[in-house]
Amino acid sequence: MRRDLGSAGNGVHHWWVQRLTSVALVPLGVWLLVSLVTLPSLDFVTLVSWIGGTWTASLLTLFVLTASWHSSLGVQVILEDYVHDHALKTISLVLSGFVHAVLAAFGVFAVLRIAFGSPL
Amino acid sequence: MRDRPLSPHMGIYRMTRYSLISSFANRITGAVLSGGLLAFIYWLTCLARGAHAYARAQEVLGSDVARLGYAAVIAAFSYHLMAGVRHLIWDTGRGMEKAQSQRSAWLVIAAALVLTMVALFWALRAREGV
Repeated sequence: MRRDLGSAGNGVHHWWVQRLTSVALVPLGVWLLVSLVTLPSLDFVTLVSWIGGTWTASLLTLFVLTASWHSSLGVQVILEDYVHDHALKTISLVLSGFVHAVLAAFGVFAVLRIAFGSPL
Repeated sequence: MRDRPLSPHMGIYRMTRYSLISSFANRITGAVLSGGLLAFIYWLTCLARGAHAYARAQEVLGSDVARLGYAAVIAAFSYHLMAGVRHLIWDTGRGMEKAQSQRSAWLVIAAALVLTMVALFWALRAREGV
């Protein structure tokens, strides 16, 4: 088997991580939706004290990481399917990966910054 | 390369309308949610920058266009969630018969509509006008 071409097990890994993140995102996504929709107000103080809680900060960190990873895998498949030009495909895949990594970093940093109390 | 045998391609499948639409809708809603994630992390970052930055961002985040966007993200999440659960059930080897998958496609749409309505109702009820 040639290991330098084609999936060589990589496709199975992609498939598995997509399932893993989707299973995790069912409770995380529902929790986030219910929380956001039932919060008494969306003003700064309410939000910061909500995000600063141990549970919220931890679950939000998990959500940001899992959702970024899941989104990265999903966008990758869309780009692979619809961008036909080889160079453009490679560039867009690299860009999408970088953007998702930056998103995850910004999200986690924001949650931690709020939880550790720099704003206010 | 040109004459090598190909594995079965799109052309051999008869894409009945429901399977085509439900599969494509899962992709579209997934793409919408990727945009939603971008907005969500922008929102978190504005919050983390403090009260002034958050107040300034309200001009964008609190606009009518943004509110329509939130409703779209809630609808997309509802569909993607239900369709995702359908996929996870398929992964266990269940529900793959034609009649079953046709029924579950409709079930996904119905469940997504109900969740969207309930979420939007609560969002509007919890705080008037937001």
